[in-house]
Amino acid sequence: MNSQITNILLVGVGGQGILLASEILSEAFMLAGHDVKKSEIHGMSQRGGSVVSHVRFGSQVFSPVVPEGEGDILFGFELLETCRYLPLLRPGASVIANDFRIPPPSVLLGQALYPEGLVESIRSQVSDFLLVDGLKLASEAGNPRAANTVLLGAVSNRLPLPEEIWLRALEKMVPKKALDINIKAFALGRSL
Amino acid sequence: MKEILSGNEAIARGAFEAGCRVASAYPGTPSTEILENACTYPEIDASWAPNEKVALEVAIGASFGGARSMACMKHVGVNVAADPLFTLSYTGVGGGLVLVVADDPEMHSSQDEQDSRNYARFAKVPMLEPADSMECKEYTRMAFELSEQFDTPVMLRSCTRISHGKSIVEMGERITGLPEPKLVKNPAKLVMLPGNARVRHPLVEERTVRLSEYGDVSQLNRVEYRQKRIGVICCGVTYQYVREVLPDVSTLKLGMVYPLPKQLIAEFAAQVERLFVVEELDPFIEDQVRALGIAVTGKEIIPLCGELSPGRIRTAFASAGITPPKTASPGATNLALPPRPPNMCPGCPHRGVFYLLNRANAYVTGDIGCYTLGFMPPLNAMDTCVCMGASISNGSGIVRVLPPEEQRRIVAVIGDSTFLHTGVNSLMEMAWNRSPATVLILDNRITAMTGRQENPASGFTLDGEAAPQVSIPDLCRALGIRHVREVDPYDLEATKRALDEEMNRPEPSVVITTRACCLIKGEDRFEKGTMLRVDQDACTGCKACLRIGCPAIEWQPAPEGKKGKAFIDPLLCTGCTVCLQLCKFNAIGRAV
Repeated sequence: MNSQITNILLVGVGGQGILLASEILSEAFMLAGHDVKKSEIHGMSQRGGSVVSHVRFGSQVFSPVVPEGEGDILFGFELLETCRYLPLLRPGASVIANDFRIPPPSVLLGQALYPEGLVESIRSQVSDFLLVDGLKLASEAGNPRAANTVLLGAVSNRLPLPEEIWLRALEKMVPKKALDINIKAFALGRSL
Repeated sequence: MKEILSGNEAIARGAFEAGCRVASAYPGTPSTEILENACTYPEIDASWAPNEKVALEVAIGASFGGARSMACMKHVGVNVAADPLFTLSYTGVGGGLVLVVADDPEMHSSQDEQDSRNYARFAKVPMLEPADSMECKEYTRMAFELSEQFDTPVMLRSCTRISHGKSIVEMGERITGLPEPKLVKNPAKLVMLPGNARVRHPLVEERTVRLSEYGDVSQLNRVEYRQKRIGVICCGVTYQYVREVLPDVSTLKLGMVYPLPKQLIAEFAAQVERLFVVEELDPFIEDQVRALGIAVTGKEIIPLCGELSPGRIRTAFASAGITPPKTASPGATNLALPPRPPNMCPGCPHRGVFYLLNRANAYVTGDIGCYTLGFMPPLNAMDTCVCMGASISNGSGIVRVLPPEEQRRIVAVIGDSTFLHTGVNSLMEMAWNRSPATVLILDNRITAMTGRQENPASGFTLDGEAAPQVSIPDLCRALGIRHVREVDPYDLEATKRALDEEMNRPEPSVVITTRACCLIKGEDRFEKGTMLRVDQDACTGCKACLRIGCPAIEWQPAPEGKKGKAFIDPLLCTGCTVCLQLCKFNAIGRAV
């Protein structure tokens, strides 16, 4: 185990904007002078499947994927997927999750129910668990589509980077016309 | 200047910096983005080819003309390009030629997990394997140099974790001063008739020996001594996992995975007490090390199938008593979590077609693309899928062994891009030999599965320029198919009628379903319909609309004693109307 490395997992459903969020994180770590690696799977999983993106930073990062059981922060875009990837975390890890549910195919077809008690289950296993109403806060910021940035703001509180670095990363990665709303959304998340 | 690049972006950057002039590829996960990025450099003439064989042959032509050139493909693409590759090994190159192959261990988006390193040995060409994005860029540049230095094509092998992983890259400049392309006549070297090829083969064998000796001293292969109780030979992303899990062991990192540096391996083996090879997929290095008479541990503990990971390597070395077993994580939830497999998008023009194939009791010989997802419930309408283009030829073969009443059930299903890749030859065979199967070409105007790349029928080139379009109906007729018809797959009644009639016709026929992929960018190419809603009073809860498995339609169970209802998510619905046509109670209508 390499204690000099911080391991972040971003999980959710294909199409939720997980790739962009992981790009912003990686950019911020590089701007702050860290070594950074990230890894994810494109292709089949983008068709509404379960998606996990790994981002690691520190003085020198070897593996682009987070070793099983060493995740420090789980950044969940969807509740069922947040729960699915808990086994990748180390004891004492943080979970920041969007309070958002996307029914998987078996639920859409009426063959299964969307599981109840996910929030309680996560809370019982993770002491640092923050559940965020990303959609509501993003709407307050001016656009419900900025929910990921709200979450990113909440995650940023667990990471040792100055605010100025985050803003530079947002400026570089977010389209100009959406930048103001995203900066607001980030600030709302960071204030949680 | 530093940037965070994916392996694929870095390979494109490396080609740019190396002075590459021509790049050709057929899209395939995880290799696709190499060409999309190469295309951003005006100095590189980057284009899609209809298939990997053609892509490599275009690159060979440019190389024979004296320019540095590159062909890119996924691992199974090399199967298609193998024919020119093996002869290219004999002819050697003009300008440097690099064949980039991206393997997909774990089969994240592939039909097999073949290990491309075997091709390097089989075709007798050197292969480099980078371990991060910086090496992707540097090795690509070095591959071009090696290609010219040793008069050989050079393969550069990536894998999903390298191609789609990102890490920091120090950018460089494009080199200048390469010789200008020109025509050089050299038939003894470039015309591979038996008499000429017999002269070339010994040169290839000598070249392999020289390359192995080069590997002994090249900076591509790197010995790092730490504690000498254990030495590990590894390459590519596996090197990163080994460094992560076994930080104290000595490593021999092979940047050139074929031919192997025999001297260097022998020296390393002599310096360490116990030698391991940690490699993904085949025991490619291990077998060759053993053939040198060196004792080594490898696949006894390292998995043969699937991709490696830090965890899998830790488990392997724990089983050998070298590392302590993994510590416990907080563990899984005790709730049952329904799986979330990929699905066709809302509005996908393939969905209604597979619904009809299911209802028609068709036996579907399938192919490679988004539509392969038609095998999943609730559509359950694909019975075979082997490789690109195989649907038609598989269908042609299977009808020959069936009684006439069963022959009608055979429907070969293939997408537009896959048809143009290798399906054309198959249809030629079917027409020629009059196999009485039905072919369904799902023409969604794009190569969808890999992320919407243009193809010869889409009307555009890789760089977005307007291009001549293959007419798929005319092509089918030209191949000798007498019955070719086009339908709109959003019109279930018309599609059903076409399918019924052609399935019952005792001769080869083609039905083309024409409707753009709903993810194509540009409003002139995909027209979004008016979103639909379910009238909750009219819905009887019959679930007919659920049979198409559309992600926009959700079953909403009702409280005890009442019937559940269907609900359409307004954010997801594209207004394709396929569900509306299935509702017998007129409960689905336009939202406005």
